[in-house]
Amino acid sequence: MIVAEKKPLEEIIEEVKDFNKILIAGCNECVTVCEAGGKKEVGILASALRMYFMNQGKKVQIEEITLERQCDHEYLEELRNSIDQYDAVVSLACGVGVQFMAEKYLTTPIFPGVNTCFMGVTEERGVWSERCQGCGQCILGKTAGICPISRCAKRLLNGPCGGSTKGKCEISKDLDCAWQLIIDRLKELGRLDDYEEIIPIKDWSTERAGGPRKVVREDVML
Amino acid sequence: MSAKTPSRLEKILDAGHMAVTSECGPPRGSDIEEVVEKAELIKNHVDAINITDNQTSVTRLCSLAACIRLKLMGLEPTLQMVTRDRNRIALQSDILGAAAFDIHNILCLSGDHQQFGDCPQGQNVFDLDSMQLIQTVKLMRDEGKFLGGDEINRPPRLFIGAAANPFADPFEIRVPRLAKKIAAGVEFIQTQCIYNLDKFELWMKNARDRGLHEKVYILAGVTPFKSAGMAKYMKNRVPGMDVPDDVVKRMSGVPKEKQAEEGIDICVESIQRLKEVEGVRGFHIMAIDWEEKVPEISERSGLFPRPKVE
Amino acid sequence: MRLQYPGNIRIIRVPCTGKVDILHLLRAFEKGADGAYVVGCLEGDCRFDNGNLRARKRVEQAKEILDAIGIGGERVQMVNLSSGEGPKFAQVAMEMTEKIREAGPNPLKIVKEKNAA
Repeated sequence: MIVAEKKPLEEIIEEVKDFNKILIAGCNECVTVCEAGGKKEVGILASALRMYFMNQGKKVQIEEITLERQCDHEYLEELRNSIDQYDAVVSLACGVGVQFMAEKYLTTPIFPGVNTCFMGVTEERGVWSERCQGCGQCILGKTAGICPISRCAKRLLNGPCGGSTKGKCEISKDLDCAWQLIIDRLKELGRLDDYEEIIPIKDWSTERAGGPRKVVREDVML
Repeated sequence: MSAKTPSRLEKILDAGHMAVTSECGPPRGSDIEEVVEKAELIKNHVDAINITDNQTSVTRLCSLAACIRLKLMGLEPTLQMVTRDRNRIALQSDILGAAAFDIHNILCLSGDHQQFGDCPQGQNVFDLDSMQLIQTVKLMRDEGKFLGGDEINRPPRLFIGAAANPFADPFEIRVPRLAKKIAAGVEFIQTQCIYNLDKFELWMKNARDRGLHEKVYILAGVTPFKSAGMAKYMKNRVPGMDVPDDVVKRMSGVPKEKQAEEGIDICVESIQRLKEVEGVRGFHIMAIDWEEKVPEISERSGLFPRPKVE
Repeated sequence: MRLQYPGNIRIIRVPCTGKVDILHLLRAFEKGADGAYVVGCLEGDCRFDNGNLRARKRVEQAKEILDAIGIGGERVQMVNLSSGEGPKFAQVAMEMTEKIREAGPNPLKIVKEKNAA
């Protein structure tokens, strides 16, 4: 899922301090799972902002809503009839949702309430880590299910580099060396000989480098 | 293996001599004379001089400019090229830049992560890795083509090198990795500096078992310790470095003013032992900011004078 | 035990402090409470395994938020004691009251009174 982190309260206050009627809009999917922007987090942020403004002597109305998703038209449409009463919206959805809402409601300022980080997994409650960078040409079949592009700090396709130490990356003892993981897994699969196959130069044009991407499926379009 | 390029380093190795290379780090400014001074100290004791490429991700005068300067002086430079900072267009472009000045040696590296340097907030590129860079140089040289397929006007004639680290983890793939680089087209290897001679000899044995020592020229890397502090630092803080405890003890066991001398002694002794290892075809003496010691190390190790080749 | 403890304390009973959410704590202050403390079982003795540990984490979060908005994180505390420690309960009640007296009334109460005037 998409993993995000709550923005510091000070930053959000700075974004909305001049508005008088604010909607805090959460999302029921990814940001709920990573405990950054779900219904609970909406409630906490709303309460904190109410108290902040009250303490400042400012009369600010803060309301709350949590949409199913903010990346689909039908859920954002639910705000159509009520959004004009707000001066601003703080969306706790990932960057995708913030943008989609802004595209839909052109006259309402939409502010992000989280920092969107990466596509990743829940390792355990409270720990999320990156797994995919959306390169558009998945090679996981060759690398025993471990992605060198998102898990190697140098995205080496023929690693490991000379800095790999005791299974950890040279930049941090907390980071597994992706190539150590790949080698271990190849061993377990009895495929260590595959290590010597040179993975060719990558076509990065399907990645960010090639420009903003789009997927079009004529076969399902109406 | 017969020499494919006009590289002096390649000719010396091809003739069966032990080769000696060393390296200079460019300055953190535009005074290129700093590199010239360092090169002058070592030029008669080495067959080629590596110029490092923003080593440890610290921004410095670029390797290419320094190599050109040395070449114009009549010296034999080795262009070190990391893939961290440049995409494939820039890499091929710089290779042509080197070829334009008839620079004939290149060392293909991935490069230390930018976190270690002065621009930890910067982007990194890694459009290619070191393996793929080796393939690229080979393509440009032997087929005279760019990666995109077009023909190159006056292709580069570069002797292709890469690094090997017998001391990084996991050990079990370090020889397969060497084999991989050979398959990609590498012709000479400079290893990470060696303090754990037993481990190095094991790595060499594994390489010999696969006949790799006959497919690539392996130059053993050595670096003299300036002090016990340096030994400890390299042991504990440099990734991929293996400094055995007894070496640190030996350095610490000597009073401070004698430590530099001890470091040189250890270096010379290592070279003497490594000379006897089958498959070692030369030495890469890395004495960064201590280049003035290279002549002494070379002479005491019996690596002076350097042979003459056409 | 019929021990004396300050009369300004409103006790809200929960089956386990793990049931207390950050939002409950924040809402208490929104409504004008001067302080809040969460009294849970001794660590390691939680009936429901780690409810009191979760409560502690939430108290920490509430502290940070209250500090960030200028209300004061010292107004919320986590306390661990066993249900048999009556005297300690009374003592904690007195200490907490003292602490809150020092911190002064909830600034929001003052604002509300001003607005009402």
